[in-house]
Amino acid sequence: MDDQNTDVIQGTLDLLILKTLSLEPMHGFGISRRVEQISRGVFKINPGSLLIALQRLERAGWIDSEWKQTENSRRAKFYSLTRAGTRQLELETADWTRRASAIERLLKVEG
Amino acid sequence: MSLWRHFTRGLRTLARPAAADDDLADELQQFVDAAASDFIAQGVPPEEARRRAQRELGNAVAVRDQVRSYGWENVMSDFFGDLRYALRQLRNHAGFSFTAILILALGIGASTAIFSAVNPILFKALPYPHAERLTTIFEMKGGGSRLVSFGFFYGMKNFNAEKGGSGPFEALAVYRAWQPAVMGLGQPERLEGQRVSAEYFRVLGAIPVLGRDFQAADDVHHGPNLVILSDRLWRRRFNSDPAIIGRKINLENNSSQLSAGGDVFTVIGVMPAGFENVLAPEAELWSPLQYDAALPPRSAVWGHHLQTIGRLREGFTRQSATGELEVFLPTLKQMYAKGFAEAGGPAEGVIIDSMQNSLTAGVRPGLLAVLGAVVLVLIIACVNVTNLLLARGAQRRGEFAMRASLGAEPRRLVRQLLTESLLLALIAGVCALAIAQAGVKAIVALGPAGLPRLDAIRLDSAVFLFALIVTSVVGLVVGVMPAFNASHSDPHTGLQQNSRTSSHSHQFTRRTLVVSEVGLALVLLVSAGLLLRSLERLFSIDPGFDASHLLTMQVQESGDRYVSDAARARFFKESLQAASQLPGVLSAAFTNQLPLSGDYEVYGMEFEAFPNDDEPAFRYAVTPEYIQTMRIPLRRGRLLDENDRAGAPVAVLISESLAKRKFAGKDPAGQRVRMGPGMHQSNAPWATIVGVVGDVKQLSLATNEPDAFYTTPEQWAWVDNVETLILRTRGDASALAPAARAAIWSIDKDQPIVRVATMQSLVTTSEAERRFALMLFETFAIVGLILAATGIYGVLAGSVTERTREIGVRSALGASRGSILSLILQQGLTLAGMGIAIGVVGALAASQALRSLMFGISRLDPVTYLAVIGLLFVVSALACWLPAWRAARVDPVVALRAE
Repeated sequence: MDDQNTDVIQGTLDLLILKTLSLEPMHGFGISRRVEQISRGVFKINPGSLLIALQRLERAGWIDSEWKQTENSRRAKFYSLTRAGTRQLELETADWTRRASAIERLLKVEG
Repeated sequence: MSLWRHFTRGLRTLARPAAADDDLADELQQFVDAAASDFIAQGVPPEEARRRAQRELGNAVAVRDQVRSYGWENVMSDFFGDLRYALRQLRNHAGFSFTAILILALGIGASTAIFSAVNPILFKALPYPHAERLTTIFEMKGGGSRLVSFGFFYGMKNFNAEKGGSGPFEALAVYRAWQPAVMGLGQPERLEGQRVSAEYFRVLGAIPVLGRDFQAADDVHHGPNLVILSDRLWRRRFNSDPAIIGRKINLENNSSQLSAGGDVFTVIGVMPAGFENVLAPEAELWSPLQYDAALPPRSAVWGHHLQTIGRLREGFTRQSATGELEVFLPTLKQMYAKGFAEAGGPAEGVIIDSMQNSLTAGVRPGLLAVLGAVVLVLIIACVNVTNLLLARGAQRRGEFAMRASLGAEPRRLVRQLLTESLLLALIAGVCALAIAQAGVKAIVALGPAGLPRLDAIRLDSAVFLFALIVTSVVGLVVGVMPAFNASHSDPHTGLQQNSRTSSHSHQFTRRTLVVSEVGLALVLLVSAGLLLRSLERLFSIDPGFDASHLLTMQVQESGDRYVSDAARARFFKESLQAASQLPGVLSAAFTNQLPLSGDYEVYGMEFEAFPNDDEPAFRYAVTPEYIQTMRIPLRRGRLLDENDRAGAPVAVLISESLAKRKFAGKDPAGQRVRMGPGMHQSNAPWATIVGVVGDVKQLSLATNEPDAFYTTPEQWAWVDNVETLILRTRGDASALAPAARAAIWSIDKDQPIVRVATMQSLVTTSEAERRFALMLFETFAIVGLILAATGIYGVLAGSVTERTREIGVRSALGASRGSILSLILQQGLTLAGMGIAIGVVGALAASQALRSLMFGISRLDPVTYLAVIGLLFVVSALACWLPAWRAARVDPVVALRAE
């Protein structure tokens, strides 16, 4: 078994989903794969957590969902970023950057 | 916006749960499909790809449940599921649910109703600022207390005023009842009111919301006719007229002293709506007392008829105020020696009681006893519900074990049970609220007349919640126990567990509960029994007259026509003639005070033979027919007759006890006395005792104050303006009331007639407080008995079911039905017997607290105890009989196959 931790850092799942959807509308599996690919396998999203997060973001009004045909003409639920979602992504990105650089600075002091 | 989305999405899911489920299933399926085609695109063979895709998703059911746990609607729908299941449980076990709900509702409802009534009466502060400084003041005389005369009050008030800021009272006032009729403005109406001295409202700490309060200048002899209205009267009679101040209204004044202004009164104020007049809740208007501060002799100012109230100054206690007044008392006695002598002698001291205490003193023992009784009922209810739920839990062990082994989490099981218990408590709470509501109404309606602060009695929500929480928390804890047991113990044992092996500790608990229930019921029953016997004893007391077939009515005279004594006397004489000629009337008489009606008029008596010991005695000014009409026995000498009229030597009858005490068996006839205003007046003529009549109960059946004297009205110092007509009738006394009223009105149609009652009903209401306590006790005792019987029945029925197999074995081995019957009966009656033994001890203690309500019997009254024990045994035997009978009919073949 691969015992390397692939859990998403707590509180960043929303950010990852919003960022992924900012590229293009996607269905659940697509989001999951895309996060895995871009992070080069560092993060793997549990499907249950993903679907709950999608419901939450949708209810928060940051994403919309719609059943559409896929390229291989199957039906799939596609999620897309709303305008409020775009704003939220900016906010969360800024917040994340601020925190990450702070942590980085702290770690450097130690090193 | 997002809240809105939460709400609408949730609603959508709730409205169409199937669609939401399908949607989720589709999305999961699509996830797997997409994953599979992704793997295929990477070159994995289709079979393998599908398997990997499935693995990536994990357990589809688990994922679905995980996703479904999100959102408020899913928490709700779980709850609804629990609720549906709970409702089904309650419906399927209707007997259990009904009993539990009934018990809870009765316990909670009854205790809420009683606490709601008792709390404002006994415990809540009176609705006035600094209510703890309010006091009631009495004169101390002969070891007891009596009402204050105006002379005494006047002296006390001046003493307090002279000390300025250091007097013990901030304000002092006296009051008496007043019943003027309001004339004009439609129907004439007799009103309840009070004549008060100037500082009445200042003592209470209330001020009119419109106009002004009384001032010292208003309260002077022959002062102006002024009146302050209550908010109620102002709204009802004067349409909330904002310009009421200064308006003149016509009040027919039935007070004996007529004011200069005649019947026209000027409204000077209106009290606020929130003003609660606890001293006289019915009073709707107030007028200044206007007694003569010159304190003339032979006038009403020396009568002991004034209620006195005072507001203590800050820094004074009742003790220190009493001390100050008592220092001053000798001066007062000296100053008014003559006046005091007229009315039974000066006070020996002053009694300052707290206002709340003196208001509630009469009803406190009864209310506290009732409070104790309802607490017992509440405890019995708790015990019973616990018992029921324990039995229920035992029955459901199998169910919980099953659910736990099928994967139900302990949390889920507990939640389910909590839902069930809460549902039970909720339904019971609603029923209890209705019972409490009805109970409070019944208490206000049926409460004895002396119950103060009836207006303040309303459903006490804090008490209701308390009772609800106590009973349901007990139920909850007990009810949830089986779920804990089931989820924490090995499901295997639970599943195997069957009716045969129910645990012994559990049985023990239930039996203990039944024993305590029987014991508590016995305490209630014995208390009720003791009260019942007391009341029986009281009503079997001879009041001194024959109360059957007697109609009484109070006749008041008012108006300018009756200023002179002669006019009054003529009116009463003519009325009496008219009334005694009515068909069905055997005889008729007038008296100034009527026994057992609340009338209280005591005057002093001076004996020529014993110049130094004055005796206070009830004064009866009666027409000669009174003694025969009441059927008071004549012991010695003669009765009063027509010759005892004005101008003739005054003839007096005295009561038997007074005669015995004073003259020790010798015939008192011919002895000379002086009474009331004539006492110790050397120029006043002596009256002669002409006869001795039997003792009469004046205040109540239980009080023994038999000293009394009788004269004719013409031979008393004045003619009373309020007298009671009594009629001895041939048939039903109450049927004669309209005719009697018409007879009096044929003489003068303007004279008010009030307090029409048969003597029999007066006797009954004179014991209203005991009857009230008894009524509640009986109710509670019956409730307790029913609960205890259900408890015994429940335990035995359960135990029979659990022992079906054992009973089957016994009868298969040849035990007769009779022996099985007696086995079960014996088991039940042993429990009852233990309960009774414990209950007797409890009852002995409880009866101690009831002593002030008991009369004429010992608190150890063997009849009561034996009757109650017998009753409980019979009821317990009946409760045992049904399960025992069922057990005896068990078919051994069925029983052995029962598992």
